[in-house]
Amino acid sequence: MTAETIIQSLASGLLMGLLYGLIAVGLALIFGLMDVVNFAHGEFLMIAMYATFFLFVFFAIDPLLAAPLVAAALFVFGALAYLLIVRFAVRAKANAGMVQIFSTFGLAIVMRGVAQFFFTPDYRSVTHSWLGGKTVSVAGIFLPVPQLVGALVAIAAFGALYLFINRTDFGRALEATREDAGAVALVGIDKNKVFALGWGLGAALVGLAGAVMAIFFYIYPDVGASFALIAYVTVALGGFGSVFGAFAGGIIVGLVEATTAMLLPPSLKAVGIYAVYLLVVFIRPRGLFGSM
Amino acid sequence: MDTNFARSRRRDLIVAFCLAATAAVVPLFVKDSYVQNIMVLTLMWGALSQSWNILSGYCGQISLGHALYFGIGAYTTTLLFTKFGVLPWFGMLGGGVISAVIAMALGYPCFRLRGHYFVIATIVIAEIGLLLFHNWDWAGAAMGIEIPVRGDSWLKFQFPRSKLPYFYFALALACVAWFVTWWLEDSKWGYWWRAVKDNPDAAESLGVVVFNSKMGAAAVSAFLVAVGGSFYAQFVSYIDPESIMGFHISLLMALPAVLGGIGTLWGPMLGAVILIPLTELTRSYAGGSGRGVDLIVYGGLIIAISLARPQGLVGLFSLGRKEAAR
Repeated sequence: MTAETIIQSLASGLLMGLLYGLIAVGLALIFGLMDVVNFAHGEFLMIAMYATFFLFVFFAIDPLLAAPLVAAALFVFGALAYLLIVRFAVRAKANAGMVQIFSTFGLAIVMRGVAQFFFTPDYRSVTHSWLGGKTVSVAGIFLPVPQLVGALVAIAAFGALYLFINRTDFGRALEATREDAGAVALVGIDKNKVFALGWGLGAALVGLAGAVMAIFFYIYPDVGASFALIAYVTVALGGFGSVFGAFAGGIIVGLVEATTAMLLPPSLKAVGIYAVYLLVVFIRPRGLFGSM
Repeated sequence: MDTNFARSRRRDLIVAFCLAATAAVVPLFVKDSYVQNIMVLTLMWGALSQSWNILSGYCGQISLGHALYFGIGAYTTTLLFTKFGVLPWFGMLGGGVISAVIAMALGYPCFRLRGHYFVIATIVIAEIGLLLFHNWDWAGAAMGIEIPVRGDSWLKFQFPRSKLPYFYFALALACVAWFVTWWLEDSKWGYWWRAVKDNPDAAESLGVVVFNSKMGAAAVSAFLVAVGGSFYAQFVSYIDPESIMGFHISLLMALPAVLGGIGTLWGPMLGAVILIPLTELTRSYAGGSGRGVDLIVYGGLIIAISLARPQGLVGLFSLGRKEAAR
């Protein structure tokens, strides 16, 4: 194994890691806001990928242009998921944690079923998009263009999210609600509205990720499952609720995955990610950047 | 101990005995093998969920990785039998003991984790187990192992022509899991577990050895689940990593308890009696087309029940004592 191939796979690991961060950040945002883990997060990614695919097939909209549309659609979907299901789950008097886990799990299963029903279990892919299959050479390292653009989108999204949380009124309301939802109600902010917008925003972010992923990944009803576990690990690695932690966690996961793939048979590459997660939480039970 | 409580515990025991006795005669009248198959699965998942409930319900350590113990049970029995000719009954015990030991070894670092960090650790560990078995050539890797079946034999616990022996074993397993729960519920451990679940810090300060009681719950729970896994391997006589250790196994173990009533004596069995036949029926009537209607029904049911009755269905029947035990 030459130094070049090592740098090569670390570089693609880094790009993939930034995308993992983008997939996971919505999860982290929602958790930070209201201590709820959305177990349908992978399925949010799945419908975003299908939405991108159908925009491409029926309207010939390139995934890159479709990304904002998909993000907007997912925003509505996420807000509705909160208003129709999660809102009632957090009100549960008994077994609140359990109810949250299983009501969002139920949603995930329904979404998979609906996708199978309407789209069939067939594997689909976006053929001949602008970026698909292209590579670019940077200082002798070949980088796939879709992943490169995905990584740039992820960085831009994180930057925008940072500004949004720190500089806008809604961002401040979000921050305040996450700190003390009860006190926020006293100053006249509707907690439910903030939560719904938070869910919308979290879903929009994974929608963005889905649109990029659709360029280079097969689309099928179960596609979310494999990414969901990585997203949970990413979020937990960074520390639940920490948006910055999700970003850092994503990069770590991407690099660890690339390293494991070099050392072990490819079918075992996820083992490295899981092992690193366990190692981190055994030493720091609240993840790398988690507080509380 | 107040007499009311003692009386209701005695009543539970009598009701359980009557139910088990009734269940035992049902297959003498219902001879359809499809229905018998569903009954075996219902009892098996009921028993598994009851075992899962000990760690996750009573002790409050939510595990979504119990597929690991199910798989270890199934693989231990199958490997010992196919490679060394060891009878499944020994494999069953061996798998149970191995699982209990592994549960404690994993519990040692994991029980320091709380909430979602713990849940994700359990998922991730089971997933590592799955990937390792996937790549373990001696154990059949992704292809799995077929158990050679050569006719009815109690010694080898295989019955290609009849489901009845499996039914009675599953019934016995369900009874054992129920009885262990019943017995533990009123033991020192049972009270410790509920204290640990409600408030670990307060429990610790009152002298409950929190860590050890979690370890105890994990060992009992893993042992019983592994025995269930061994049974399943004998029942289907073919195992492969995905169908034995996949995440859906962990989920199927948790769901009956969640729907019936987590941390209750009757919840897991009640949940299994409702959920498993429903799953099998929707699968055969709506799932054959591969169009996902069964998933929609199933998921919808999970959402509806968890939102409408967060404490589980068991409260609808006055069988469960619910809060009385606290």
